[in-house]
Amino acid sequence: MKLKYFSAPYLVWMVVFILVPLLMIAYFALTNDNGQFTIKYLGDVGQYANIFVRSIWLALIATAICLIIAYPVAFILSRMDKHRQGTMLMIVMLPMWMNFLLRTYAWMTLLGNNGIINHLFGLVGLGPFKLINTSGAVVLGMVYNYLPFMILPLYSVMEKIDNSLFEAASDLGCSSRQTLVRVIVPLSVPGITSGITMVFVPAISTFIISRMLGGGSNLLIGDLIEMQFLGNAYNPHLGAAISLVLMVIILVIMTVMNQFDPDDQVLM
Amino acid sequence: MENIVSLKNIILEFEDSERILKNISLDIKDKEFVTFLGPSGCGKTTTLRIIAGFLEPTSGDVFFDGQRINGVPPHKRNVNTVFQRYALFPHLNVYENIAFGLRVKKVPEKEIVKRVGEMLELVNLMGFEKRTVNRLSGGQQQRVAIARALVNHPKVLLLDEPLGALDLKLRKEMQIELRRIQQELELTFVYVTHDQEEALTMSDSIVVMKDGIIQQIGSPTDIYNEPVNAFVADFIGESNIVNGCMPKDCVVEFTGRRFECVDRGFSPNETVDVVIRPEDVKVIPADKAQLTGIVESVVFKGVHYEMIVDGVDHKWVIHSTKAEPVGAMIGMTFDPFDIHIMKKTEEE
Repeated sequence: MKLKYFSAPYLVWMVVFILVPLLMIAYFALTNDNGQFTIKYLGDVGQYANIFVRSIWLALIATAICLIIAYPVAFILSRMDKHRQGTMLMIVMLPMWMNFLLRTYAWMTLLGNNGIINHLFGLVGLGPFKLINTSGAVVLGMVYNYLPFMILPLYSVMEKIDNSLFEAASDLGCSSRQTLVRVIVPLSVPGITSGITMVFVPAISTFIISRMLGGGSNLLIGDLIEMQFLGNAYNPHLGAAISLVLMVIILVIMTVMNQFDPDDQVLM
Repeated sequence: MENIVSLKNIILEFEDSERILKNISLDIKDKEFVTFLGPSGCGKTTTLRIIAGFLEPTSGDVFFDGQRINGVPPHKRNVNTVFQRYALFPHLNVYENIAFGLRVKKVPEKEIVKRVGEMLELVNLMGFEKRTVNRLSGGQQQRVAIARALVNHPKVLLLDEPLGALDLKLRKEMQIELRRIQQELELTFVYVTHDQEEALTMSDSIVVMKDGIIQQIGSPTDIYNEPVNAFVADFIGESNIVNGCMPKDCVVEFTGRRFECVDRGFSPNETVDVVIRPEDVKVIPADKAQLTGIVESVVFKGVHYEMIVDGVDHKWVIHSTKAEPVGAMIGMTFDPFDIHIMKKTEEE
């Protein structure tokens, strides 16, 4: 039972840095400046329904695109020989070694009205197009930044699928497409759900990407919260209330998704 | 009986131009239990995979029921495979694993229920329908794998070392079980194993392979009693193999002595392999024997004792119901028809 004592530091860590902050957010959300209980701020969150809808929508689109791109990539990776798998995984991870802000700045330069892409279009007599400060640019930023988080869990699940299962499927009458639908997809569900979680959650609460690529017109929940704490709209109570609502929304979405996972392996 | 599967001059080379199969020709008769037997790397599994369609031969033809099926993908061949490690689908339960092939072919639900039920009964797994396959024992997983293949009513069932992962007792049970299923359903089974005892127990016909070449095809009795070369003799059961030569018909000389035998047709003084089964070596008093040796070890094997006897030039393995004391000098003799003479195989 000595193990119990070893876990003590982690318990303290969790209480101090996870549980207490959560309770503080709840406290701030449910009190006013004088420390009195109120649900006024929670009620105020309703005004921002459109921002919530936009955030959820853009995050969903980005997650879907990530899944579509990552699925074949992860599968091909998982079937390569072991040496090449290592190299390819490193290439997938490479962008993540660079600073997040820097990567997003790079897209600003690429997408800008006088940016490289519009310049290239100009050479063939097209454009300029409005690329930056659109919701499309925000989704692009999300996909670019979070794609590895979709590839990695998918890859780690697919890598464990034995080739003999594909042979068995083929032996039992499956064409390649049927093997995909009947064997590969069902077996990669745990990877799909954790990939979706790992992309959707950061995407729905991002504020850097929307600020830098979306301009003022594509405000997301993250921006809204940031404004309440650091911006000129300073109102920590409202900020805490919005955070609380966002948390509940994510929790609900994740619970719904858990229903699709046979083993409840989703990380939340 | 007609041939259900025929292989004609099959050659398989991998990219590094290594030859895995060197001109394999083989006919498998309908409703026959055929075993590919050989040490690992002999090409037996490769041959099976060519029949299944997972591999295409570099040259040569594969015929199934009279039709050439080169290039036909596995899912369009009327054969099913029981894989070495079963390859059951971990996301499906026992029932759905067995029903898999039928669902792919869009068989009506009513018939699926009926056919899966029959299979569960055949392999003795009634009541296990809802179990996840990962919670089954090795033997049960094996049965699911067999049922999953047989439910499709293939004309030929291919089995790739299916009992390799089971313990000895279970393996014996499954051998009998497989033989029963094969006879009950009147199917052609093509079975791959490196276990000679398994091959002898189950097969109608055995194909002994080595280094991508077929060494001998025949019934278990033929292969055991009349091995064509020293390799087959050694691989099927234990054997004493010594170098010898044939001065004339019916006389063989080995370990410096002449013995009477029944083989003829060798050129005078041709060097040969002499093969004598351990149970065919007769122990006699040393003073009455041409050939003598000193007992080195005695091991009790249940039905018989296995003795290693150090003779001149050769250590003899002898199976006898009577043990001789270690260190004793004994004599050995052989009946003429127990001395098998074989042409030397050219070593590569």
